[in-house]
Amino acid sequence: MQIEITAGPLAPEPFLQHVRRDDSGAVALFLGVVRDNSHGRRVLYLEYDAYPEMAERKLREVAEEAQARWPITDIAIAHRTGRLEIGETSLLVAVSSPHRHDAFAACHHIVDRIKEVVPIWKKEVWEGGEAWIEGEPVAGK
Amino acid sequence: MKAKVKFFAALREMLGTSELSLDLSDGQTVGDLYRELCDRFPRLAEYGSILLYSVNAEYVPPEHPLRDGDEVAFIPPVSGGCGAD
Repeated sequence: MQIEITAGPLAPEPFLQHVRRDDSGAVALFLGVVRDNSHGRRVLYLEYDAYPEMAERKLREVAEEAQARWPITDIAIAHRTGRLEIGETSLLVAVSSPHRHDAFAACHHIVDRIKEVVPIWKKEVWEGGEAWIEGEPVAGK
Repeated sequence: MKAKVKFFAALREMLGTSELSLDLSDGQTVGDLYRELCDRFPRLAEYGSILLYSVNAEYVPPEHPLRDGDEVAFIPPVSGGCGAD
C-alpha cells in the first residue's frame, strides 16, 4: 500500500507500477483533475490545505476499509497540497485486483470516502474572489 | 497542562494563525476548549454546528477529555479530491 500527501506534481506511472501484479488482471486508476469552472464561475486555480498527519492516517483507513470489502491486490492513493493550476491532478487512486469489477468498485468507494473523511480542503480562486469550499458535514466519521 | 491547537483552511485564515498553545484545566474536554476559544475568537462560533473535533489526529466526540501534550484540531467539512462532484 502506498499513501502520499505531497506538494509535488502527481504522475500516474509510478503508482500504477506500484500496484500492478502478475496475478491481477485489473488496475483501476482515478485522477481528480482541476476544472476551469465551478458554479458558472471561471476558476483561475485551486489551493489545497491538509492536516498531513491525520490525512495520511485517514487515507490509510479508507484503503484498509476497501481491502476488507473487496478482493484487492494493492492500493495507492496520493493527494496534492498547495496551489494547483487548471488541468493538474489533485487526487490519484490506483487499485489492482484479479478482476475488473472489484477494482472499479473499490476505486469508486475510496474516492467517495476521501471526500467525506480525509482532512483536506480546497480553496477556489476565481476572477475577483476566492472561497474555501466546505463539503457536506458527515456525522460519525 | 497544555494542548496544541491547529487550524486549517478557512479557520486558519479567519483566525490569522495556524497553531496556538493553550493551558488546560483539570478535566477539560475538547468541547470545553472549543467554547473557550469561541469566547476569544467570536467568529469561530459561526462554525459550531459543522465542525468536527480531532485529538492526536483522530476524530473524537466533544466530551473527549484532554490530556497534557494533546494535539487538537477543529475540522471544517472536508473538500479534498477532485473538482467535480
